[in-house]
Amino acid sequence: MSLLEIDNLSLTIGDTQILKDMELSVAPGEVMGLVGESGSGKSMTALTVMRLLPHAARATGRVTFDGIDILAATEDQMCALRGDDIGMVFQEPMTALNPVKTIGEQVAEGIRWHTKATRAAAEERARKMLDRVGLPQARFPMSRYPHELSGGQRQRVVIAIACALKPKLLIADEPTTALDVVLQAQILDLLRDLVAESRMGLLLISHDLAVVTEMADRITILRRGEVMEAGDTARTLSEQLHPYTRQLAQASMHVPARASTHDASQSKPLLQVESVTRDYPGRRTSLFKRAASIRAVDNVSLSMQPGQSVALVGRSGCGKSTLARMILALDKPSSGTIRFRGEAVTGKSEAELKPARRDMQVVFQDPYGSFDPRQKVEKLVAEPLHVLDKKPTRAERREMVAHALHEVGLDQRDMDKYPHEFSGGQRQRLSIARAIITRPKLVVADEPVSALDVSIRAQILDLFAELNQKLGIAYLFITHDLTVARAITDEVLVMHDGRIVERGKTSEVLDHPHSEAARALVAAAPDLHRAIARRMQEQG
Amino acid sequence: MTLHIDIPEETLSGILAKAFRNTAFVTGFVITVLILAMAVISYVWTPYDVTKLVIADKTQGSSLAHWFGTDHFGRDILSMIMVGARNSIAVALVAVGIGMGVGVPLGAFAAARGGLVDEALMRVNDLVFAFPALLSAIMITAIFGPGAVNAIIAIGIFNIPVFARVARAGALAIWPREFILAARAAGKSGTQISIEHVLPNIATLLLVQGTIQFALGILAEAGLSYLGLGAQPPMPSWGRMLFDAQTRMVVAPWMAIFPGMAIVITVLGLNLLGDGIADILDPRSRRQR
Repeated sequence: MSLLEIDNLSLTIGDTQILKDMELSVAPGEVMGLVGESGSGKSMTALTVMRLLPHAARATGRVTFDGIDILAATEDQMCALRGDDIGMVFQEPMTALNPVKTIGEQVAEGIRWHTKATRAAAEERARKMLDRVGLPQARFPMSRYPHELSGGQRQRVVIAIACALKPKLLIADEPTTALDVVLQAQILDLLRDLVAESRMGLLLISHDLAVVTEMADRITILRRGEVMEAGDTARTLSEQLHPYTRQLAQASMHVPARASTHDASQSKPLLQVESVTRDYPGRRTSLFKRAASIRAVDNVSLSMQPGQSVALVGRSGCGKSTLARMILALDKPSSGTIRFRGEAVTGKSEAELKPARRDMQVVFQDPYGSFDPRQKVEKLVAEPLHVLDKKPTRAERREMVAHALHEVGLDQRDMDKYPHEFSGGQRQRLSIARAIITRPKLVVADEPVSALDVSIRAQILDLFAELNQKLGIAYLFITHDLTVARAITDEVLVMHDGRIVERGKTSEVLDHPHSEAARALVAAAPDLHRAIARRMQEQG
Repeated sequence: MTLHIDIPEETLSGILAKAFRNTAFVTGFVITVLILAMAVISYVWTPYDVTKLVIADKTQGSSLAHWFGTDHFGRDILSMIMVGARNSIAVALVAVGIGMGVGVPLGAFAAARGGLVDEALMRVNDLVFAFPALLSAIMITAIFGPGAVNAIIAIGIFNIPVFARVARAGALAIWPREFILAARAAGKSGTQISIEHVLPNIATLLLVQGTIQFALGILAEAGLSYLGLGAQPPMPSWGRMLFDAQTRMVVAPWMAIFPGMAIVITVLGLNLLGDGIADILDPRSRRQR
């Protein structure tokens, strides 16, 4: 007897069909993985089960939870279910908690509401739950506020809230996407333990095939609102009968073809970072006193050759983005020098930086936030042309934009559109077009593919590799994702707590990590091959 | 996956269609257009000449000949309200212009520079803001003499800190965005980024604030001319008409009612317009409707 049974579910919002004849079931104690790319209707499925759909949505079909017809239930019945029998964990731990309430209050809130327990009793249960998710009393008293916790700790609080009343079903919508790999592994372990302890059903929604393979007993693959394939995880992924399943699996393991890896024996380095340190002043504790300053980057040195592709990997908060900003001269080091083509960029005025800016460009993580929504593509992509000594005429400018768009695989007619008319992957192509329009020597890419779907991500990685070959651009990839590092870089630098703790050839470092930080990253990184192999082994 | 509910930038026709479904906007828009039309028509035609005194017709109530009655000099009130609209609108409009012209660059500059410059500018701003606007306007007109031009300057100066604050707050929300970082990485200066990226993104905010300040400007102008510090006779103005009516309230109430209504309706219309624009352009309220 299934706990959750979705039959023939169709969902429309306005005139748009979101789900079509969706089927899915979760048994008690079972982990069901729901996989699909963005826009495939994964989150909408979760919201349907919770009946938290937007007003314009119309659902038809049958959703039964524990004998209750969800689509026909009254709002009162749903309120009793939500947070009690069905718990939900959201993707973004930063926004899923109320910033003005303590973590204790937030966990106790649901307990008091559903069990009518007294404040003291509810708080005691909340305390136990926080202990259970790994936030012990000594270090995390209930009076802590969300902003005092890190991302991983906040996600633990969210899980504590969802599991406080021992729900029969837990829905986790991309619970680890906003976290780095080491935290991801910890949170997944926690979820797995909670499921085993109380025979809870878990509906795990993710775009990451490797994560789902590691966690789920059964898997449902969704594409554009339709179930493509469903079944036992190990069998589905090892046989890969459905073409879309195969496509997804291949995209997750995609390694772009790179003709020649770069040899690093050239004489003149392109970029030299010499014992750079960056301190942030501590918070002002009183009018005259400040807390000790925080060292984000600590005595880092590195050098890059022209055309070389280097990955800077590390957990979130290790200082890799700060280092990147200093290399791009968007932030000033507290001490140390950064040289680009032998010339120092530190301490120069914006006018003196122009020649360096021309040869140094950036691609950001978020393809949605990195474009001004009110300007057309032509202007956005042409933005770096501003550093050229000779201003191009309008016709020349259009010509250059058209060329850059062509190089990243977009149509030149796209230049008269606004950024919102493009998909996430296309926007990342625009981002790359903007970065290469001045023919730079170095492109710094800060998590350039982590916000993209696997198939799009494979295409963007291919594009990066192709441009590296064709234009000889050197890359500095900043990432916490080791598969990206493995796919397109020659060298890896592992950063931990502001220092570079390990460096070397990509394959050597990732296969035989020496430092503890590197070992932790490698061990935690989800790997589809490994996960499938383990699943097969378990089943014999 | 996150729900990338991407609020599409709307096409002009889409915004217009939405605008005409919004009651507040339509009402405000119609009132504003009527008042503006009244002011424009007054240049070419008014029922009577407002400078000609006809003592025989003095203090008459509403009639077919004089819809809104006449004042104590026998002038037609409707004609005076029409001509007075000119004055009110001109003063308020130019004052908003001064406020925007100075305040917005100031606020954008403060946001772009940050640090001490920002702090210093905003504290001076607070200082100007702390003076009761009308009182200082009286001071300015007292020093430089009464008249429409001085009223404009006085009201304009007190619009500056309002726009500076709104512009700075809006700009501060835009500056940490990634596309600004991208523009900086492309080597653009703070001024250039402010003009190209920040201002277009806070334009709607400023538009809404502009309509509200416009309404407040009309009120301030009426206040100043009521005190005899605005437009000088024989140029009719709404505030002045109220002052003249004050002593005759019992015998000729229409002398106060109609100019008073003109002020109330205009301010109401502009506020509705501002509300409507804010509703239409704000994605949050858009989702609820």
